[in-house]
Amino acid sequence: MAYNNQSVRVGADIGGTFTDVVLEVGAQKFSAKVLTNNSEPEQAIIDGLFKVTQIAKVGLEHIDQLIHGTTLATNSLIERRGAETAFITSKGFRDVIEMRTEGRFEQYDLNLSLPPPLISREHRYVVDGRIAASGRELVALDEGQLLEIAARIGQAGYQSVAIGFIHSYVSAAHERRAREILAAELPAISISISSEVSPQMREFERFNTVCANAFIKPLMASYLQRLVDRFRAEGGDCPVFMMHSGGGLISVESAIEFPVRLLESGPAGGAIYAADYAAGYGLDKVLSYDMGGTTAKICMIENRVPKTARSFEVARTYRFKKGSGMPVSIPVIEMVEIGAGGGSLGWVDEMHQIRVGPESAGSEPGPACYDRGGQQPAVTDADLVLGRLDPESFAGGEIKLETQNSIAALQRAIGQPLEMGTETAAVGVCEVVDENMANAARVHAVENGKELADFTMIAYGGAAPLHACRLCEKLGIDSLLIPPGAGVGSAIGFLRAPFGFEAVRGAFLRLSEFDADWTNRLIAELDAEAQRFAQAGGAQMELLREIKAYMRYQGQGWEIVVMLPDRDFVDADQLEIRRRFEDEYIRLFGRALDGLDIEIMTWSVQVRSHLAEPATVMPVTTENPCYSDERRRIFDVREQGFVDAAVFQREALASGDLISGPAVIIESETSTIVTNRYQAIMQSDGCLLLRLKGKEHD
Amino acid sequence: MTDGISNVHMQVMWNRLIAVVEEQALTLVRTAFSTSVREAGDVSAGVFDRDGYMIAQAVTGTPGHVNAMAAAVRNFIDDIGADNIFEGDSYVTNDPWKGTGHLHDFTFVNPSFRDGRLVGYFACTAHVVDVGGRGFGPDATEIYEEGILIPIMKFAERGEVNQVLINIIRNNVRENEQVVGDLFSLSSCNDTGHRRLMDMMDEFAIDDLQELRDFIFENSLSATLERLRELPPGSYDNELTVDGYDKPVTMKLRLVVSEQGVLADFDGTSGLSEKGINVPLIYTTAYACYALKCALAPQIPNNHASLSPFKVTAPENCILNAKHPAPVAIRHVLGQFLPDAVLGALHKMLPDRVPAEGSSALWIIQLGARPIDARQAVADEHAQSSEILMFNSGGTGARPTLDGLSATAFPSGVHTMSAEVTEHLGPITIWRKELREGSGGAGAQRGGLGQVIEISANTGYRIYINAMFDRCQHPARGRDGGLSGAAGGVSLDDGSLMQSKGKQWIPDDRHLVLNLPGGGGYGAPGKRDRAMIAQDIERQYITLDQAKRDYAYEI
Repeated sequence: MAYNNQSVRVGADIGGTFTDVVLEVGAQKFSAKVLTNNSEPEQAIIDGLFKVTQIAKVGLEHIDQLIHGTTLATNSLIERRGAETAFITSKGFRDVIEMRTEGRFEQYDLNLSLPPPLISREHRYVVDGRIAASGRELVALDEGQLLEIAARIGQAGYQSVAIGFIHSYVSAAHERRAREILAAELPAISISISSEVSPQMREFERFNTVCANAFIKPLMASYLQRLVDRFRAEGGDCPVFMMHSGGGLISVESAIEFPVRLLESGPAGGAIYAADYAAGYGLDKVLSYDMGGTTAKICMIENRVPKTARSFEVARTYRFKKGSGMPVSIPVIEMVEIGAGGGSLGWVDEMHQIRVGPESAGSEPGPACYDRGGQQPAVTDADLVLGRLDPESFAGGEIKLETQNSIAALQRAIGQPLEMGTETAAVGVCEVVDENMANAARVHAVENGKELADFTMIAYGGAAPLHACRLCEKLGIDSLLIPPGAGVGSAIGFLRAPFGFEAVRGAFLRLSEFDADWTNRLIAELDAEAQRFAQAGGAQMELLREIKAYMRYQGQGWEIVVMLPDRDFVDADQLEIRRRFEDEYIRLFGRALDGLDIEIMTWSVQVRSHLAEPATVMPVTTENPCYSDERRRIFDVREQGFVDAAVFQREALASGDLISGPAVIIESETSTIVTNRYQAIMQSDGCLLLRLKGKEHD
Repeated sequence: MTDGISNVHMQVMWNRLIAVVEEQALTLVRTAFSTSVREAGDVSAGVFDRDGYMIAQAVTGTPGHVNAMAAAVRNFIDDIGADNIFEGDSYVTNDPWKGTGHLHDFTFVNPSFRDGRLVGYFACTAHVVDVGGRGFGPDATEIYEEGILIPIMKFAERGEVNQVLINIIRNNVRENEQVVGDLFSLSSCNDTGHRRLMDMMDEFAIDDLQELRDFIFENSLSATLERLRELPPGSYDNELTVDGYDKPVTMKLRLVVSEQGVLADFDGTSGLSEKGINVPLIYTTAYACYALKCALAPQIPNNHASLSPFKVTAPENCILNAKHPAPVAIRHVLGQFLPDAVLGALHKMLPDRVPAEGSSALWIIQLGARPIDARQAVADEHAQSSEILMFNSGGTGARPTLDGLSATAFPSGVHTMSAEVTEHLGPITIWRKELREGSGGAGAQRGGLGQVIEISANTGYRIYINAMFDRCQHPARGRDGGLSGAAGGVSLDDGSLMQSKGKQWIPDDRHLVLNLPGGGGYGAPGKRDRAMIAQDIERQYITLDQAKRDYAYEI
């Protein structure tokens, strides 16, 4: 363990195409990228580990901590590859996960298909027994029926069972008893109960979450067990931790029990990565922006902590449209995801308007310029035509880009139907995709009552540096940070994540009937749950704690999140809680309302370990203006035409180098575009900081 | 080149304008008290030019509001008077004939000024919790019984809210704080739209919306006409009969299609009802246009130009063109059958394109719970009267190549409410809410299943229902040999029948049982894929008996 008295930590991220492994010895980082192995995902990690330890000249036995995040859980839901799963639910509610919201997510499509339920009707069983909204038992659990169901489940050969009863977030008694009976009858079967997986109100979301957990549990358990075994067999003997959706670390054992908490752990790592830079630069308001091949993701990071939500939607089936996926109610780093990436395709709609995405060329055949048979123009093709990409050095020179293909594709799909020149068509594609992303960011800001003009953007992911500066122009953001080597950002983020867990539970309380004892008991229970997961890492750590309530005026349907004071409540705290709710309500909506009671619907206790403060990056003090003889024509939308841009190699820049836009700064994976209105300053840690000209010294 | 770039510029601004109205609608959804808005997204929001023509509209929203609101803004300009419009004003009405068809819908219009010049208007509509009168239900015989009517007037002038109006409303409705809260939400969501529009105009450096409006209108109209030119001109008839209040209602329709547009003429339709199922023309137009757009031009966004080729007429004081003072509270029931009527006529023009009939009208459950004797109630389980509202849907009609959707709203755009949340809001227990087996009409493509709902009052309470259910005598018809879906049913758990419309108390110790209708089938049942029938049996969507009877299926 450890190497030369320096701790050795490894972050490993399994993505759809690549598995990234980052090894850190002290402050030094080494990374390796290997192709993801879909049949034996653990093999790619082991390969990556060998590769990276060789570069770093350490052995597997020196590793002190292995932290892992993966898209495997997400993919198994998207592809519906999981266990044979049965669902047992309350009599009268067999079809909750099939009836969904009873709405259509697209109002004008007569041939709409709704996503089928994860567990189809013949695999859903009902049992007598009923809890009221108050938690009182209305009808006793019918244990005889459960024994019959157990027998049928045993005969049918299911691997996994989900149990979800109405109002189990108030009283888990029936679910626990059902599990006991089932476990006694069927000792080999894996069981998930909704009051543990997701004790939140709203049956559709909770039932779907427990079904998702049960569906992926055997697969994830077997994979994680194999990973740990292989790692041990190759000489690793340190603990293995998992990154979870909420941006914290949990033990492998916890992950095996609640694999649904692993959904979106890769993107969560990316947000933590950005949050770490925010901390280094002392930025309290950050918008992270990640743009890859098929999607762009946006996250708000305030006071160095990415914003979290208590539910999200996975596996959207219809153009990334809200409502077309499966809701999962677990604490998650909140990302806005849009179908806008380098591979997103441009096309023309019935109104002769340019549209981009959500269809994507993916990596095969890829954009037209990859010359692998792609016929439709992608965003990357437009970038190439507009001089933003260097055809010779794309992806480190590994893919030579064919500009002629891009021109032909743009002409065919957009230029000809709209009677436009190729360059104009390319400008159209870029402007439309940038506008789509800007709109998503604006809506997200409105939802959270924020003004984006106060934010700094941190951009990472292959296509982000090409579009980030224009996006900032659209959003009125003055300042943009582009870290180095952002291609393995998520894996680095894993190394920066705290041990932490958020316990969330639905429990209804009218504020006028505030009961301090009841509240203190509830908080203590949630605290115990969160501590148990966070401390599963072994050593007792001192943990930071945050208590939140989801509150609304009586009669409203939308709850807002309110931070509660962390103390033993007394009855008089009713006034303090009301005051905090009203402050937040005014901040979001402009005015408080008189004469209405307030309801608390959901409670959350989040604990996390202290993070070592990242080294503060000292702002560069001397600025050294740089010039380049290499020039390229790039299109600048603000200038409404082509401008002559200076071209630089990023690796040749030194701390303090100042480049005035318009400029293109090339690196092996991508290029940073600096528009006419911005300038870039190389920082001491290798980040590029872009500032709006005239705002350099705020 | 410059032309091309300015074209791109216009496209981006059009996108932005739609984003502006989406933000406007979102603000409303987040702050509203009305169940239909907050749980079900039942709102509409839009931006209009100086003359009151709609330029863009939020995609969120339900058809009944959508197209009705589009026509409403010009009424506001007329009634307020062009020289009486000032910066900081906000106008209001719930007049069913000038807004969106019943008193529960409040429409707000705010003028948008830039540097002292009027550039356009923002409008929004939402269904509020209460408007006084008899409460939400069909039993009134005149509009006066249905609640308070606010004619088009100023809610605020130059930023100063009309306190007299607030005071009058506060004293005439139940749940008055929530209603007043909703009025402020509506007005302020228009302000949000205005602020975002100003940001947009700053960024794109424009002083008015006229050029952008022209661009949007030209493109929308030519795209719509392009679609209409593909249609075979002619006239196509259809007839649809549904339950009505106390006697059946027949909607007769002739669609006249030409290159210039489509006219839906409801001549021959039944006369007025004595009860509140009548429909103002503005609402008839909204749902008829929705069906036409769905089938003929679904991709083209709603605005004045894209809606202009679609016209609707109905004789005065037929049930689809009710005039003041006819009661209209539950106009949604017949309104939501209009797409079935329109799609049936379209089917004669365009075979294999439109679905069979569906359950269509939402089954809105409006319950009142009253304590019998508070001492009987279980401690901590409510202590007061409650009004409970739930939206529920039956099955949609089968499509030419797809089964119908089970328990899904069409044509309405709303969602249902969580049973767990509903049980927190009032002293009731929902015992059952699941698919209704065997209710989908048989066909090569099967109709969507309805659902069964069973509800009782908690100990110490009694409940009544304001029933407004249809398709209990007139099930959704199949198409091209497809069979009808199951009819709806309203009863108690001991089997005794209840009325499908009107206020009724549920006897103590009994459960209310609602069987929601299924959708019609498409194509002859004999043509259904045998594997699909086997799957339907395995999933208990249909029974074995039904498989034998309707599909001649043998194992």
